[in-house]
Amino acid sequence: MSPMTDRSRPLIEAIVVGASAGGVEALLNIFTPLRKGFSLPVLVVLHLPDERNSQLAQVFRHRLAIPVEEVQDKQDIRPGTLYVATPGYHLSIEADRSLSLSLEAPVHHSRPSIDVLFESAADVYGPGLLAVVLTGANSDGARGLARVKELGGITVVQDPREAQVSTMPEAALTLHEPDHILTLQGIGQLLAGLE
Amino acid sequence: MERNTDIELRLLIEAIYLKYSYDFRDYSGASIKRRVLHALSQFECKTISALQERVLHDPGAFMQLLQLLTIPVSEMFRDPAHFLAIREEVVPLLKTYPSIKIWIAGCSTGEEVYSMAILLHEEGLLDRTLIYATDINPRSLEKAKQGIFSLENVRAYTQNYQLAGGRRSFADYYTAAYDYAMFDKTLRQNVTFADHSLATDSVFSETQLISCRNVLIYFNKKLQDRAFGLFHESLCHRGFLVLGSKETLDFSAFGKQFEPLVKQERIYRKL
Repeated sequence: MSPMTDRSRPLIEAIVVGASAGGVEALLNIFTPLRKGFSLPVLVVLHLPDERNSQLAQVFRHRLAIPVEEVQDKQDIRPGTLYVATPGYHLSIEADRSLSLSLEAPVHHSRPSIDVLFESAADVYGPGLLAVVLTGANSDGARGLARVKELGGITVVQDPREAQVSTMPEAALTLHEPDHILTLQGIGQLLAGLE
Repeated sequence: MERNTDIELRLLIEAIYLKYSYDFRDYSGASIKRRVLHALSQFECKTISALQERVLHDPGAFMQLLQLLTIPVSEMFRDPAHFLAIREEVVPLLKTYPSIKIWIAGCSTGEEVYSMAILLHEEGLLDRTLIYATDINPRSLEKAKQGIFSLENVRAYTQNYQLAGGRRSFADYYTAAYDYAMFDKTLRQNVTFADHSLATDSVFSETQLISCRNVLIYFNKKLQDRAFGLFHESLCHRGFLVLGSKETLDFSAFGKQFEPLVKQERIYRKL
């Protein structure tokens, strides 16, 4: 039985997504099916050149139906909101379900790092987490995704054959076998159907 | 049911507090956990309990661990727009005071201190300013006192300095030797470096400006509020509080006791 249709498993409470090279387009693709009133929080790490005033949140705000915010330190996570990691800072989720930023050393040359977000989110949400790794040119996210799985969450990897850059999905697949390997369209449908 | 790692982590932090009076109990959990797990490999310990035994019985090991628990990531004129805003919006108001006291809380290895001193020097204020630069990490403070930074980093700082409205050549402020830049010691003539913890210590002076940047992100809300309380108590009427570019007073009980002067650059004034 697929974990998604397993009625005995805990409900998904939060979604985390990591993307790198080719990520903006991929992210827009999977979030476009989310309708206004979508109830789960979504947290996104996208690797960008360390450009401190990113326009990503604005771009998303114009193109998506759900509210979008760039993360501020110690902000509470609100349902139905898409949070974009702040460039230059790691993003973590705290036990009280607030967001925190940090300037620890980059992981896989990346800050924010997908592993950092995924590992802290897995700690907090356990089986209530769904994590997605998309296109990218490094191996960030692989370890974090395996950790999500280890703590009972659901893991999704973009089909490397479709990914604009397949390195990141492939790295994720070498570390563990995810619950789903899907195209962007498939991931979009999966997310929209979570409620 | 709590996981073993989380139980061990709490015990370690409690042990550090009881034994060494360093209080990490209200630090942001996710980050402190990562740093402790990272320390395990450095100390070649299999579990946090094993690490706890080491640091409890060996002050030297604790000092080593402290270096990993505090994050000395800093740069001079970090976020140049912030320093430009201080120069343009805050300095004209500071000039109205006959003498000025500034507190740089969590000064780490001193990059922020020298940046501020250079800015004040160029604005003709350094001579009548006293800067308190505080941190919990004695090794960082020692480094800050020396004012020696790697030349490679100083190249990046030079660009920051120019973008921050610097009026001279940045090289005027340091002497290069081998791979290092030694900053002019007159910059720290009026600087007092001191051990101070925002988690356990109290206010020590009235100040006109407090800079605490990228320190509060490592605190939970309760500890952030303690720190804001200290800042509020220390600042004079209409004193300035400046924070890191992604830190905010918005989620704090003290939010209503300050008003933004330059919100984008996290410059606030006490009401």
